[in-house]
Amino acid sequence: MTTASTEPLITEPLLQVRDVRKYFPVGRGLLGGALAEVKAVDGVSLDVQRGETFGLVGETGCGKSTLARCITGLYPVTSGHVVLDGTELTGLSRRRLRPLRRQMQMIFQDPYGSLNPRRRVGSIIGDPFAVHGVASGAERRRRVQELMSLVGLNPEHYNRFPAEFSGGQRQRIGVARALALHPELIVCDEPVSALDVSIQAQIINLLEDLQDELKLTYIFIAHDLNVVRHVSDRVAVMYLGHIVEVARSEDLYTLPRHPYSAALLSASSVADPDEAEQKQRIILRGDVPSPVNPPSGCPFHPRCPKAQDKCVVEPPPLERKDDDPVDHLAACHFPVQPGEVLSQP
Amino acid sequence: MSLLEVRDLEVAFHTADGTVRAVDRVSFTIDGGQTLAVVGESGSGKSVTALTLLGLNRGAEVAGTVLFDGVDLLAMDDEAMRAVRGNQIAMVFQDPLSSLHPLYRVGWQIEEAILAHRDVPRQQARARAVELLDLVGIPEPARRVDDYPHQFSGGMRQRAMIAMALALDPRLLIADEPTTALDATVQAQILDLIRRLQGELGTALIIITHDLGIVADLADDVIVMYAGRVVERADRRTLYYHPHHPYTVGLLRSVPGSVARAARLQPIPGQPPSLIRLPSGCRFHPHCEFVMDRCVDHDPPELRVLGGLHHGSACWLPGEMVGTDDDTHRRRSAYAGAHRQTLVGSGSTAVP
Repeated sequence: MTTASTEPLITEPLLQVRDVRKYFPVGRGLLGGALAEVKAVDGVSLDVQRGETFGLVGETGCGKSTLARCITGLYPVTSGHVVLDGTELTGLSRRRLRPLRRQMQMIFQDPYGSLNPRRRVGSIIGDPFAVHGVASGAERRRRVQELMSLVGLNPEHYNRFPAEFSGGQRQRIGVARALALHPELIVCDEPVSALDVSIQAQIINLLEDLQDELKLTYIFIAHDLNVVRHVSDRVAVMYLGHIVEVARSEDLYTLPRHPYSAALLSASSVADPDEAEQKQRIILRGDVPSPVNPPSGCPFHPRCPKAQDKCVVEPPPLERKDDDPVDHLAACHFPVQPGEVLSQP
Repeated sequence: MSLLEVRDLEVAFHTADGTVRAVDRVSFTIDGGQTLAVVGESGSGKSVTALTLLGLNRGAEVAGTVLFDGVDLLAMDDEAMRAVRGNQIAMVFQDPLSSLHPLYRVGWQIEEAILAHRDVPRQQARARAVELLDLVGIPEPARRVDDYPHQFSGGMRQRAMIAMALALDPRLLIADEPTTALDATVQAQILDLIRRLQGELGTALIIITHDLGIVADLADDVIVMYAGRVVERADRRTLYYHPHHPYTVGLLRSVPGSVARAARLQPIPGQPPSLIRLPSGCRFHPHCEFVMDRCVDHDPPELRVLGGLHHGSACWLPGEMVGTDDDTHRRRSAYAGAHRQTLVGSGSTAVP
């Protein structure tokens, strides 16, 4: 897959993902071998440019969180390559990977589950300094307090426990911890899903401000399509371990080419009664098939209103359709046309 | 007469830390076949309100009246309430996995709901269970009726819950965040189902949600709750296009893709107050950009907003200042500035 850069001077993307696969063994046979594999990520390639926010959307089980964990090295990949800033990360030993990990951090969904309840906030945020042996003692404390004010926490709360903070404040703690080592890339995995709407907006604004200030690059995973549209420069749609479409956000939301993207976007609700009334909902039938035994050909064909015989046998490549912008790619044999109304199968 | 009329409902819980005033003087009505959305964030009292209607919060101190078809539900004893609950008023909860018993077959659980209220043979209840599963779009209902809950996907479990809720043709269905745990396409399936069934069966629906997108899609009327109070009520279009209360405006300006169309989201600063130590005056005043002197010690009653027939707002700002646009915002600011002599804690940029 090639992706055009908006700024022609910068040729090399910050992150290159090439044909990454991640299969998990399931079940145990008589001799202890795996009976089958869950194909959580099944051949994903993408580029993330410096300074952009790359959105990743899809529904439960589509592989977006697994992909994020493969990128940050939390899961070893089954095959494929992850290249950060020109350095290949796949296949490195843990020891050699560790210094590179400083450039990549993660923010998690659950601000309750991702902070150790028995440790003080100052020491949680200071962890990256300890792990990488960067700063200690009074210097560490000073830097942690700097981070706390950067994300809008009161530095005097250094010695408090996570339980003394609200959900929104806990998410700020997670952000501060992720920023500690001046990473280039932050993978945000559903960072606002667990928060109330008014708090959600505070965190989104914080992430945007930090991006401007610190020139950060984000991979932003969320199931709320309105949030993703708001924050992302480009968005990739995942289904059953595959990227089925990738485009600049406005292009994707204006004319989704893949029928799954179209259905997903049509299903998302907007806080605007007029728009809600005009919306042509595409109601998909049935459930997502099992990634243990994914469908042949195009993974979406059993639920697709446009599926034909070709879709059953031939997996569609991710490519540009018709006169779309060069960076708008879709994996579909029969892409949605402008003005087309998808009928129920 | 309305199907349901709630008047001055108050619910308090006594805890070790003090009394939690979860619901305070809440009133609303709903007619047959109508959809009322109750919108609010965590701790606004929206779910407690729903549970109270069904007599499902033991240990709470409840005051007010809840007239269902003219009969006060709050005055009923347990046995009389059991005859109403599930039968005339049914509820769909947020989490279908913890609301279905994991060790009983789905169909059996629906049959039990029927047999609890109707004197019919089990065979007939079973036939009805299959019919209901078919109605809510479970494929091969005659076979799936014998599945256990874990054999159903999340969306199917929520469908099964809806089937159970509809088993006895209730006149009022209360759905508490019915799609929050579900993916977008599944949510669309469930909302489509609810809308279709409501049209076919004429059931009244109270939908409790924090999702302003669902409300824009489904509701006839909306009430917005904050810290146990109704702060604004209106029909759907009025609420989105001509909101009056700064909290409602704040909600609309803080969600992406809403009518407010903000390039940058405008969050409501701070967090909702503790329900044990509520602020004086208007409960929203510590976080309100437009706080005025009188807001600090005078709790605004719900006043009719100009132009809307059933549009009410518990705010001291003039009734004509409605909308989410920047121009109205400036007019509100100017008005509030002119009515603010003493320095009060407006949390315009403060971070907790």
